[in-house]
Amino acid sequence: MKDLVNKSAKELNKLFLSKEISAKEIVNAFYKQIEIVEPKIQALNSLTKDLAYKQAEELDQKVSRSDKLGPIAGVPIIVKDVLCVKNYHATCSSKILENFIAPYESTATSNLWSAGAICLAKSNMDEFAMGSSTENSAFKKTKNPWNLNTVPGGSSGGSAASVAAMEAPVSLGTDTGGSVRQPASFCGVVGLKPTYGRVSRFGLIAFASSLDQVGPFARDVYDTALILQHMSGYDPKDSTSLNVDVPDYISKLNIGNLKGKKIGLIKELIGDGIESEVRKSVENSIKILKDLGAEIVEISLPNVKYSVPVYYILATAEASSNLARYDGVKYGHRAQGTKEVLPMYTKTRQEGFGAEVKRRIMLGTYALSSGYYEAYYKKAQQVRKLVTQDFLNSFEKVDLMITPTCPTTAFELGSKVEDPLSMYLSDIATIPASLAGLPAISVPCGFDSKNLPIGLQIIAPALSEELLLSAAYEFEKTCNLFNKTNMKVSAVVVG
Amino acid sequence: MTLTQTKTEYEVVIGLEVHAQLKTKTKIFCNCPVDFGAEPNTNVCPVCLGMPGVLPVLNKQVVAYAIKTGLALGCEIVKHCKFDRKQYFYPDLPKNYQISQYDQPICSNGFLDVNGKKIGIQRIHMEEDAGKLVHAGSDRLHGSDYSLVDYNRTGTPLLEIVSLPDIRSIEEARDYAQLLRSILRYLDVCDGNLEEGSMRCDVNVSLRPVGSSILGTRSEIKNVNSFKSLVRAIEAEIERQTEILNSGGKVIQETRLFEENSGKTVSMRSKEEAHDYRYFPEPDLVPLEISKEWINEIKETIPELPHNKKIRYPKDYGLNSDDIKVLIEDRNMAEYYEAVIRLGANPKKAANWLIGPVTAYLKEHKTDIINSCMTPVQLADLLVFIEKGIINDNIAKAEILGEILSNGTNAKEIIEQKGLAQITDEGALKQAVKEVLDQNPEQLKQLKEGKEKVRGFFVGQVMKKTDGKASPNIVNKLIDEFLK
Repeated sequence: MKDLVNKSAKELNKLFLSKEISAKEIVNAFYKQIEIVEPKIQALNSLTKDLAYKQAEELDQKVSRSDKLGPIAGVPIIVKDVLCVKNYHATCSSKILENFIAPYESTATSNLWSAGAICLAKSNMDEFAMGSSTENSAFKKTKNPWNLNTVPGGSSGGSAASVAAMEAPVSLGTDTGGSVRQPASFCGVVGLKPTYGRVSRFGLIAFASSLDQVGPFARDVYDTALILQHMSGYDPKDSTSLNVDVPDYISKLNIGNLKGKKIGLIKELIGDGIESEVRKSVENSIKILKDLGAEIVEISLPNVKYSVPVYYILATAEASSNLARYDGVKYGHRAQGTKEVLPMYTKTRQEGFGAEVKRRIMLGTYALSSGYYEAYYKKAQQVRKLVTQDFLNSFEKVDLMITPTCPTTAFELGSKVEDPLSMYLSDIATIPASLAGLPAISVPCGFDSKNLPIGLQIIAPALSEELLLSAAYEFEKTCNLFNKTNMKVSAVVVG
Repeated sequence: MTLTQTKTEYEVVIGLEVHAQLKTKTKIFCNCPVDFGAEPNTNVCPVCLGMPGVLPVLNKQVVAYAIKTGLALGCEIVKHCKFDRKQYFYPDLPKNYQISQYDQPICSNGFLDVNGKKIGIQRIHMEEDAGKLVHAGSDRLHGSDYSLVDYNRTGTPLLEIVSLPDIRSIEEARDYAQLLRSILRYLDVCDGNLEEGSMRCDVNVSLRPVGSSILGTRSEIKNVNSFKSLVRAIEAEIERQTEILNSGGKVIQETRLFEENSGKTVSMRSKEEAHDYRYFPEPDLVPLEISKEWINEIKETIPELPHNKKIRYPKDYGLNSDDIKVLIEDRNMAEYYEAVIRLGANPKKAANWLIGPVTAYLKEHKTDIINSCMTPVQLADLLVFIEKGIINDNIAKAEILGEILSNGTNAKEIIEQKGLAQITDEGALKQAVKEVLDQNPEQLKQLKEGKEKVRGFFVGQVMKKTDGKASPNIVNKLIDEFLK
């Protein structure tokens, strides 16, 4: 059983399709692993056992009938608690949705279940995906499997930690300003944010609509591509989803080298504020990329320095509106003991939301208020366009761009809770690609002296996930950290 | 009376904001049916209920109807526009924001020709309707024991049609609203039912000294549910504002509610209490592109509108304005009328028949021309029978019309079956005329003395004798012969 949880999604699928193991055995093995590691890492909000065993049974029947099954059949997945899985809790790690049961299925998960994936659990997160450490969860504090005193990153910390701790080979997160890439970096796994519009947002409980994207976590690039492949695509239920075909990522993964590829190192995101060990690791990554045949050039994106303030105006403005619906009238928490509607609203939201969510609702409400709209929201929209234009200009000169995913490695639990600004700066390198709607991936590229993982971020032009994944794949192959990752994490959480 | 004082001292300035519910099959952002009178909360889905994680998808038919309305009102149609979120908390609004259009309305700068005067249409925009609240123990949310909410109406498409403050009298306001309603019905985009709320009016009213070109402070009046209320609400508001101004006070900018029972307007909220709606572009929808081809396609579907008919009918059919008003109010009636004319009927006679006995019948049977059984051909035929003298007007009205309208039987058949053809044979009528004259010597004397009024009496008596079938023309001719 322990062998099974070490396996990649690709390997599990192969074992399942060849009838060496049943889907039920796979599910059993991962629930056993969850039982062992979960008390230590606290990555999950709820298990979806009924669904997992139902899906497993159907898969086992199909395989016994020799029905046609695809490359993610039998692959167990953990889903961030911000995505709706029909008839199961979707809490967003918030008290206000603590008892909310989703009445419908998100398109991203629906696509995966249709392709034969199995839903194991819903994972912990920063409340409403607001945060960079998962400490803003109303329910529990998830620990980084590499060092239980450090955070897993956020907001998809539960999904990242669960994959690192082998509670599942792959998981789903959502990325608004770095919420997949940053925790992937902290937890030593691969995390990808697709092009805005590549994956449907239908059923993704909105934080900031113009930035949110569903993204996969896996322990290698291949599995990441596999999951992206099967959840992507146009969805008529999401007007912002892109009506373009999804290429076959897997068949184009193995390009052998990076000869002829020009990669830009973003000058503004490798200087001040980046820990020296992180910088060293990126420099080492540059060597590897060069060895693979890529040409590395330094590029400048002059407006990227405004990304964090721009992001915190736009994302909070949208959030203040998206979260208005949690008012106690229709679903979720409702405060008791009030007689009029206004006190009911106020008390419900006072009790239901945590401090960070309230802070962002207030920031966003302010930014949209009459008299401030022009100075904040409108200006931020204009600068967002400039940042996007910077990327477009630079992508005329380079094929891909790199930065460290995060300025630091995983920090200690509680160390930044009282300092929201320093927490916000954790996303300084991931936010620019979010503003521009570009696909970006974080791949493990080394360790610091405390043995905490470091991630390299690769950014590609819109809808170039193909190139992004194949470059990451070649990099990963050469970097060869995968076995090291497995061993070390197992030692912390199991040993 | 203050009202008459107003006319001499103050000029009223009125602008109307009309909300029209569109007759689409489904809601503006989801596939729920637009269907009134269903059980509460049955025509709902996660999208219109504003469940976590749902997204709106625009119903293209709503855009088509907005363009159609804009074209009919002489508006410019934008090439690109977007939706915005209008944010305020209220329990009938599931997301606590309404998807609407703020600074880029789909149509702008149009006008409506009301009695020869152009009333400017500032803008038309698309938005979603809210749900309905039912309060227990009070007629409003505040102070009720509890309130229930029905989300069936949530997401029903609305057009908001905003006029410029070009209206200068109560009558003009009413005529504007009635014409707008009529046009929306002609376009078949809205059923225009004020009582049921499928068309709702907010009225902006202000006063200024006659001769002044500066706008006074306005109040906005809500809850106007009929044309009658519209008139009463403006009257009440003019009276209220006049009293304030005459006593040296200042009108404050506020939203007021018209109370049907008292006939007065009461304050709802002042400018200071007005919401800051925090509009911003709806990030869940992509900007809307409107092609010239699409606009042209829609243009083709616009019928001749009532205000054009109003100009054309006197020229083409020689009708007076009262008759025209009745005929063009409803598009089906107008088109029916025109069909009858095309079949060769006399325009004046056809109008008289439609306005008179046909309308009376339809009213009595609570139906309309389109749902009656009489085709334009049948009415045209009936008019031909009358013109040719085969039947007379009275017989046609009393014995034939009802049957055509209710059963769709041809006039010819009814005339044959009931033997209703006029007696035009002079020989057959001579005896009857002679008898009637002989039996009434007193009246005959009067007639001979030139009292032509008595002639009607004799014609009536002959009709009586012939079961109404005598041809009045022949009878008159015979009377004349006897008198010679």
